[in-house]
Amino acid sequence: MSIPTLRFLTCGSVDDGKSTLIGRLLYEQKLIFDDQLSALEKDSKKHGTTGADIDFALLVDGLEAEREQGITIDVAYRYFATEKRSFIVADTPGHEQYTRNMATGASNADLAILLVDARKGLLPQTRRHSLIVSLLGIRHVVLAVNKIDLLDYNEQVFHDIVAAYAEFSKPLGFKTLKPIPLSARYGDNMSAASDNTPWYKGPTLLAHLEAIDVDEDRVSSPFRMPVQWVNRPNLDFRGYAGTVASGRLSRGDEVVVANSGRSSKVASLYVADSLSETAVAGDAVTVTLADEIDVARGDVLCHAPARPEVADQFTAHLIWMSADPMLPGRSYLLKLGAKTVPATITDLKHRIDVNTQEKLAAKTLALNEIGLCNIATTMPVAFDPYAENHDTGAFILIDRRTNETAAAGVVQHGLRRATNVHRHGFTVDREAHAALKHQKPAVLWFTGLSGAGKSTIANLVEQKLHARGVHTALLDGDNVRHGLNKDLGFTPADRVENIRRIGEVARLMTDSGLIVLTSFISPFRAERRLAREIAAEGEFLEIFVDTTLDEAIKRDPKGLYKRALAGEIKNFTGVDQPYEAPEAPELRLDTARETAEASADEVIALLERQGRIAKL
Amino acid sequence: MSGNLPPHLRRLEAESIHIMREVVSEFRAPVMLYSIGKDSSAMLHVALKAFHPAPLPFPLLHVDTTWKFREMIAFRDETARRLGLDLRVHVNQDGVARGINPIASGSQLHTQVMKTEGLRQALDAGQFDAAFGGARRDEEKSRAKERIFSHRSAQHAWDPRNQRPELWRLFNTRIREGESMRVFPLSNWTELDVWEYVKYENIPVVPLYFSKERPVVERAGTLIMVDDERLPLNPGEVAKMRRVRFRTLGCYPLSGAVESDAETLDEIIAEMKASTTSERQGRLIDTDEAGSMEKKKREGYF
Repeated sequence: MSIPTLRFLTCGSVDDGKSTLIGRLLYEQKLIFDDQLSALEKDSKKHGTTGADIDFALLVDGLEAEREQGITIDVAYRYFATEKRSFIVADTPGHEQYTRNMATGASNADLAILLVDARKGLLPQTRRHSLIVSLLGIRHVVLAVNKIDLLDYNEQVFHDIVAAYAEFSKPLGFKTLKPIPLSARYGDNMSAASDNTPWYKGPTLLAHLEAIDVDEDRVSSPFRMPVQWVNRPNLDFRGYAGTVASGRLSRGDEVVVANSGRSSKVASLYVADSLSETAVAGDAVTVTLADEIDVARGDVLCHAPARPEVADQFTAHLIWMSADPMLPGRSYLLKLGAKTVPATITDLKHRIDVNTQEKLAAKTLALNEIGLCNIATTMPVAFDPYAENHDTGAFILIDRRTNETAAAGVVQHGLRRATNVHRHGFTVDREAHAALKHQKPAVLWFTGLSGAGKSTIANLVEQKLHARGVHTALLDGDNVRHGLNKDLGFTPADRVENIRRIGEVARLMTDSGLIVLTSFISPFRAERRLAREIAAEGEFLEIFVDTTLDEAIKRDPKGLYKRALAGEIKNFTGVDQPYEAPEAPELRLDTARETAEASADEVIALLERQGRIAKL
Repeated sequence: MSGNLPPHLRRLEAESIHIMREVVSEFRAPVMLYSIGKDSSAMLHVALKAFHPAPLPFPLLHVDTTWKFREMIAFRDETARRLGLDLRVHVNQDGVARGINPIASGSQLHTQVMKTEGLRQALDAGQFDAAFGGARRDEEKSRAKERIFSHRSAQHAWDPRNQRPELWRLFNTRIREGESMRVFPLSNWTELDVWEYVKYENIPVVPLYFSKERPVVERAGTLIMVDDERLPLNPGEVAKMRRVRFRTLGCYPLSGAVESDAETLDEIIAEMKASTTSERQGRLIDTDEAGSMEKKKREGYF
């Protein structure tokens, strides 16, 4: 087999027969073993939907729950080989709620078989799956018009569906589109040309899969190698290990570290463990350089004339994969190549209706929704547009609280070249500001339930600091909600943005040398973490003003709990929105045990201990 | 020498190397589960290449049920010695004390205690946060849906309904304290790929894979090798010498032999291409009941 393996996925609407198609392909290639076949016959009697016939779908629907419910809920991978080629098949679910699994299968596929039930024609799912296939850069599609046997192998039906799909898929940019009429259940045009469709002159499904050339020639693209691991067995060897994402690398080549712009020559090159003269896309290599330059995991090696973009902002399509909706402003981890950095979605430009491809205004993305976003990373990353390079243009977002994969993203283009935006070096820097005031700046972030006593304690702390001649600023609901943030409400998305702005303002104030006190419920850990990241290293002090919900309801200084419990106020923390207590605050104040005065003294003592203010 | 591999094996090898390097970069204490079989041999061979010229940056772990073929144990120790590997062997001593064995206790209990529980003990004791396994997706239906990076709770449990989507080559390696990841670098390999790789790369494997005259008894259509005196023979049952070999290796009373004349890798590959039964057919523990692999995996089996 000199042709590379073909990786393809099957998709289409729920009952269009995807699993049956794969099962049939394996069966016709005699790739179902005797013991598997006898297990299949037994299973067909128990769970099957095909009467006396073998239900091929049962062969691929692996998990117990799926066999019982008769649906595919996950991606199943199948492997088979003919004399001509080996294949890896991703069988993906059809239901809308499993769009994320389909995207997963599509991310590693070169070709998609899109099934359409001849009786039903194009369905919303057909359009949705086509969009995902196109978004993930698959350029080769087989339109499998299935169950043609149920319409007496009607030629006109086939041509109508093909014409409708050709029209619909024009903007999706497929390189090849091959329509084939077939019956997966009875094997028409699967691996043998069917006598029932004399009007169809094209190849069988298998013949087409065996012959198609999907090699997009990654080797001729510019060279990219994300550094995965630095190999240092001893002082004499320092190798950079990674997989060549695209292009070709030879010994003696001048290479540039995209992120730093530093360059050197390739001194030696290993493909796997063998010293080689050259390596190509797909090879796992280890590179040593002639000069000692700084290279770390996540850096991207390239050739000088064709470098990737290096920026901290870019536009990307996101496929949301988490049950927790996307919140602009919240901090996620972004993994692109071998680099993982904190990132936030700064702007959701629009959501795409996957059924109509319409662009809709939206504030958030829910599970299985797709949108175009601006993304900002905390440090510049090297990338290419996904259309030019799948390996350096794809990323995932990870939820920092649950660690789940929250989204898949594909880069459209960079927003500004970080290399062009040199931050201005201020002559009066933050140290100078602070030194003038004889204090070290800090953000005292008071968090806790409404009624816990945050504002009372923060006010007392500010009075005590002021009395000592310390320069402070206090941010609370009264002075922020009515001005800077008056456009924000209390939905989760707005709460995130509220906290982000407060974090940024606090940062500017600490840059001026101030000790900033903030008093906000700030119920979500993720947002407090975001505020901590915005602050300068070591200057963020989380102060948990702790009280029980019962106690807060009892106090109810502004009568808000009463109204929230009566349903008059929505999104009220502790009532219909959770409060996530800090896991490791710098200070916890127990307001059930001590007075506000004593709590304030604890805060002052902390600042003294840390040397931020002088001891009296 | 990777340059001599056919394109599909070269790509599989590169993918596996990529996965292994990702684990070593992102985890605190990885370990490689070494089960002595052909898949472990191939996985170990790929790993040695992945980190060359550095030595393996993690230890190997064998969970010994005390019922492996004697030739497997000899091969294991010889491999560790030849390659200078840090091999750790764990036996569930609690199971030994309870007298658990595959004959009197039954295959299910034996596997649960000596393999699954033994593995959990060893992973906990070593405080490993990532464990490589040689499983392939083509082995069994529930394996076909397992991720390459498969998340385990602090109790080592697998939740098949709540797996992280796995896109491109971007593996989400984030775990909490106490949790761990099972990683399967050979996920996309087939049985044939493994044998062809063994052949091209000249990788040593346990001699039990090759046909030879061996003492066996036939029970319910399965050929069981009489590897030592612990296998009780039924009245009138006599071990007969037959030309047999094994497609998969495990505890000897649970591993069925196949009659075969295949004495070389080429003959094994030719025999497999003509075969009409799947590889795990000889594995008695898989057929206990439908979905049995999925049940075992949820509980922490590899």
